[in-house]
Amino acid sequence: MAEITRLTLLEAAGALRAGELSSEQLTRACLSRIAEADGRVHAFLHVAEDLALEQARAADRRLAEWRRRGGEQPSPLAGIPLAVKDVLCLQGVPATCGSRILEGFRPPYTATSVRRLLDAGAVTLGKTNTDEFAMGSSTENSAYGVTHNPWNLERVPGGSSGGSAAAVAARMCFAALGTDTGGSVRQPACFCGTTGLKTSYGRVSRYGLIAYGSSLDTVGALARSAADLLPLFQVMAGHDPLDTTSVEDPVPAIQLDGASLAGLRIGVPREYFIEGLQPAVEAAVRQAVGQLEALGARAQEVSLPHTDLALPVYYLIAPAEASANLARYDGVRYGPRQGPGQYPEDFFVTRGQLFGPEVKRRIMLGTYALSAGYYEAYYGQAQKVRTLIKADFEAAFAEVDLIACPVAPTTAFAIGKHGDDPLSMYLEDVFTLPANLAGIPGISFPVGFDPDGLPIGMQLMAPHLAEAQLLRAAHAYQQATAWHMEVPPL
Amino acid sequence: MPLSIETVRHIARLARLQLTPSEERRYASQLSAVLDYAARLQQVDTSGISPTASVLGLSAPLRPDEPRPSPSREQILANAPHPEGGMFRVPRVLEGEP
Repeated sequence: MAEITRLTLLEAAGALRAGELSSEQLTRACLSRIAEADGRVHAFLHVAEDLALEQARAADRRLAEWRRRGGEQPSPLAGIPLAVKDVLCLQGVPATCGSRILEGFRPPYTATSVRRLLDAGAVTLGKTNTDEFAMGSSTENSAYGVTHNPWNLERVPGGSSGGSAAAVAARMCFAALGTDTGGSVRQPACFCGTTGLKTSYGRVSRYGLIAYGSSLDTVGALARSAADLLPLFQVMAGHDPLDTTSVEDPVPAIQLDGASLAGLRIGVPREYFIEGLQPAVEAAVRQAVGQLEALGARAQEVSLPHTDLALPVYYLIAPAEASANLARYDGVRYGPRQGPGQYPEDFFVTRGQLFGPEVKRRIMLGTYALSAGYYEAYYGQAQKVRTLIKADFEAAFAEVDLIACPVAPTTAFAIGKHGDDPLSMYLEDVFTLPANLAGIPGISFPVGFDPDGLPIGMQLMAPHLAEAQLLRAAHAYQQATAWHMEVPPL
Repeated sequence: MPLSIETVRHIARLARLQLTPSEERRYASQLSAVLDYAARLQQVDTSGISPTASVLGLSAPLRPDEPRPSPSREQILANAPHPEGGMFRVPRVLEGEP
């Protein structure tokens, strides 16, 4: 059983196609692993055992039919057990967004991103833990308990997709869906030693993603390698008429093998190598850039001059959008209702009692930034500076193909480190926020370990819709190195 | 500049959030810290810069006005805390408005 969960997604897919393993075996192996380890990790909020086994048997029938009769080859995802972050809707399965205000909520529909994976034959093991409404960088803001980093249970897994990252790292699933609004796929992927892809804004449908910041939210994935991520990306990406912000550009069929990095120009932004960057992180990232150069790429310094403004811009725009998106939680149509049974007291009490402190803080920040008299100075100005940040990337990508930088200033920090100091937590996001503001894709992958044995990740960013470049570069790096193959001893 | 408790109460009222006195004080100081940090944006020269509301540019794609299947009443009411008679029951709204 243990050996099965050590397979990569592609190895498992190969074994399924060859009939060496069944999806039911893979699924039972993951469920056993969850039963064995999740008491300590707490990656999952809901394990959908019966549903998963039903899906696995259906996948096995489909694969058997194909082996017998031929025809169109099933997707590599057919029969593969995955986990889904609890901000994405899977019909009939609880979706809490890590919040009490959605306790008991079972969506009446399935998110397009999840629907596409299911149509390809994937198995959904369950829903993973998240900071409440995806607001956070550690998964400590979940109302249902913190997730523990499988590399060191006293450390955070990162956030907000901490449950998904921990589940992949702890071999409870072969890949997982996450969402990235300010870094929430890349940073937990980094902290948990996995590979995580933030997609371009508009590349993957947001239909069925419970909204946090509508101009920033993206659906992404975490897995053990770029090669394992590719099938999830290919299946999920593409225009969806149900999401009017999804782009119509066709999704390229991406080949990873045989891709050469010869002539690839990599920009290393000087503004990302700041005081406060953990020395081991800087050393590992610079070494990884050197490795990319050894593979044929050319690195040069670039400047993204408005980098230090990304944080204040994000922490005005995202909360403003969140204050609008979270206005729907009123105890009327879904979730519990609290209060004396009077209007409008029930709204005040339901929201006051059932939202956690970070969510309330961000709603209030956003409400303030949008309020009469402050709108222009805060929200309006932030939107204009966002234009400058986006322009920085456009200028850089005129000179280079990819940008390489750290994912986070440090490796996984201790649970409780930031206590009740929101601003110090926000500072963890400095390297990931800019990509969300600009709408560009980014990938995070392991490039080493710090002296405490915690994973270090590097980030590559590319122009809008250039995920192929990110996956090819990460894959080339992973063909030449073995950091991504390390597993925590848990 | 620190947010006054009155401002915090006003924002909480706009956002329909009931806060305890201790929350009011805590959020006043935490929000002030974030807003002070955000104030550095005031120094940035954005004359002539248009705001980015969406990185893709906003558009409103249309489709033909053809009815399509939608969830049933039962599905929609399944999550309601107080469904009644095929509707969402709420406290009386129209009389005694604050």
